[in-house]
Amino acid sequence: MARHEIVSPIPGVFYRRPDPDSDPFAAEGQLVTAADTVCLVEVMKSFHQVAAGAAGTLIEFLVENEDVVEAGQPVAVIEPTVIEAG
Amino acid sequence: MKRLLVANRGEIAVRIIRAARDLGIATVAVHSTADAAAPHVRLADTAVEIGPSPAGKSYLAADTIIEAARAAGADAVHPGYGFLAERAAFAAAVADAGMVFVGPDASVIDQMGDKVRARQVAAAAGIPTIPGTAAGVADLAAGVAAAGEIGYPLMLKAAAGGGGRGIRVVDDEAGLREAFGTASKEAAGAFGDGRMYLERYIRRARHVEVQVLGDGADVVHVGERECSLQRRRQKMVEEAPSPGIDADVRTAMTAAAVRLARAVGYRSAGTVEFLVDDETHEFFFIEANTRIQVEHPTTELVTGIDLVAEQLRVAAGEPLRLRQDEIAARGWAIEFRVCAEDPARDFLPAPGRVGRVLLPAGPWVRVDTWLEPDSAVPPFYDSLLAKLVVWGEDRHSAIRRSRRALGELTVEGVPTTAGLFADLLEEPWFGTGTFHTGTLEQWLRDRREAAS
Repeated sequence: MARHEIVSPIPGVFYRRPDPDSDPFAAEGQLVTAADTVCLVEVMKSFHQVAAGAAGTLIEFLVENEDVVEAGQPVAVIEPTVIEAG
Repeated sequence: MKRLLVANRGEIAVRIIRAARDLGIATVAVHSTADAAAPHVRLADTAVEIGPSPAGKSYLAADTIIEAARAAGADAVHPGYGFLAERAAFAAAVADAGMVFVGPDASVIDQMGDKVRARQVAAAAGIPTIPGTAAGVADLAAGVAAAGEIGYPLMLKAAAGGGGRGIRVVDDEAGLREAFGTASKEAAGAFGDGRMYLERYIRRARHVEVQVLGDGADVVHVGERECSLQRRRQKMVEEAPSPGIDADVRTAMTAAAVRLARAVGYRSAGTVEFLVDDETHEFFFIEANTRIQVEHPTTELVTGIDLVAEQLRVAAGEPLRLRQDEIAARGWAIEFRVCAEDPARDFLPAPGRVGRVLLPAGPWVRVDTWLEPDSAVPPFYDSLLAKLVVWGEDRHSAIRRSRRALGELTVEGVPTTAGLFADLLEEPWFGTGTFHTGTLEQWLRDRREAAS
C-alpha cells in the first residue's frame, strides 16, 4: 500500500508539541490512528491541529520543529497499516 | 528625543513612524525577513533586519532589538502594541541600556499587568470591581451570607475549577439554595474541592474603556470608547464615544480612570477597561492596558489629539500640554478592523498574495494600514490588514459615511472581514447602538444557521 503523506493545509510555522513544556504529539516510529493530531501549524497567531489522516506507523517527519511550511507541503510520512482482506 | 526605534511592524509601526516624523524625530524601523519590503521599513529613515520571519525570532527578540537600537544611535524605543509592548522586563532593559522607553515605567507595567494586583490597586483607589468572594465558600450558609453582599444574579463556580466548567447562574436566594449543593458536590467529585466562588453575573455587559494620558505627575482622560462588538474576545468594531452610557456614568467612569492612573503615577498613554451592566448602569474595573491600543484613532478623530505624538512628547520629558477642560469630544468615530480572515469559513486566517488594493478616502475617512497592491500577507503575524476609521458629526452620519467608505474598499487576493461590516451596518441593533459583549457572536451564529 502506498505511503501516506501528511500535508500542512495552511502556510505557517510547524510545531511538534502542543506547547513548549509538553511531549511531542507523535514520535517517529509510533503507531497513529487517522484522527490523531501529529503536529500544529501556527498561522496568524492561531494554531491549527493537523491530523495523521491515515492509520499506520509514522515513519518520519520531513520538517524540523519551528520550520516555516507552505500550504500543501508534506510534513510527515505514514506507512499505512495493512488490513488483510478477509 | 532625536532618534526613535519602532519595535513593531504593520500598521502600528507605520502610525508611530508618521507621528515621529511629524514631530521632527528621526526613525529606525526593525523588520523580519518576511517584512523586508514592508512600508514601515521604507517610511523610516533607517531600517535594521532583526531576524527570521517567525515573531519569536524577530519582533519578540528583545536583546536583538535593544542592540539594534544602540547600534543605530536611537535614544528612545516605542513598542507599539502586542509583541514586547507590555513586558516589564523589556521596558526595564531599554532603560538600563540608557534609552527612553515610550510607555510607563517597568514597575507600573508590572503592577497593571497582574490582574489581581491591578484589582487591588483599583479597589484601594475606590474604583468598583466586580463583586465576588475573594476565597471560595465551603457551605450553603456561607454562600447565602456572601450572596447578600454580592447581590443577584450571581455566578456560582468551582473554586478549584478552570475555564467555564460547572458554572451556574442563579437569580435569587431560592435558586442559590437549589443549586449550591449539587454544584459543590460536583466540584468535590471533579476537583477534590467542594468550595465555590460566587461572583456577580452581568447578563448584558458592555465593554467600555477610558483613554488616559499621564506625565508621571498629572493625568487627564481623553474620553471613552465602546468596544463591546467582539468575537472570541477580539474586538472587531469600536466607536467613540459609547452609545450605551449616559452622562452620569461617563463622568463617574472617566473620573475613576483618572484616579487609578494617578494612584500609580502613570506616564504615557494608557487605557482603563470597564464592564458596564446595561441594566443597572453600574460599572466595574476589569483591567488596565499600558500601551497604545489598536482602536486609539477613534479617540483621535473625536478629540483632534494625536495620542502617539503625546506619548512621544511625554516620553521626551515634556509635561502634559493639555488641561482637562481643553479636551472635548466632538461628533462620532467608528473603526472597523479589516482582517485577512474568511468569515464564510469561521474566520480562518487567510494569508497570501494580494493583487489590487483600493483604499477609501475623502472627507473624514482615515485608513491606518500597511497594505499595498501586489504585496503579500505573511502568515507569521496577526491578520489585521487595515483599520478603517470614519468620523461624522453624529452617530447616524458616521454610520452613513462608514457605508460609503466600506463600499470604496477593494482588496483582491485574500478574503477579508470588510463584507461582514457592510452587513453589520444594516442591522437595526447596530443602528440604535443597543448591543452588548455577546451580541456580535449571537449575530454570527444566527447568520451561520440561516445560511445552512
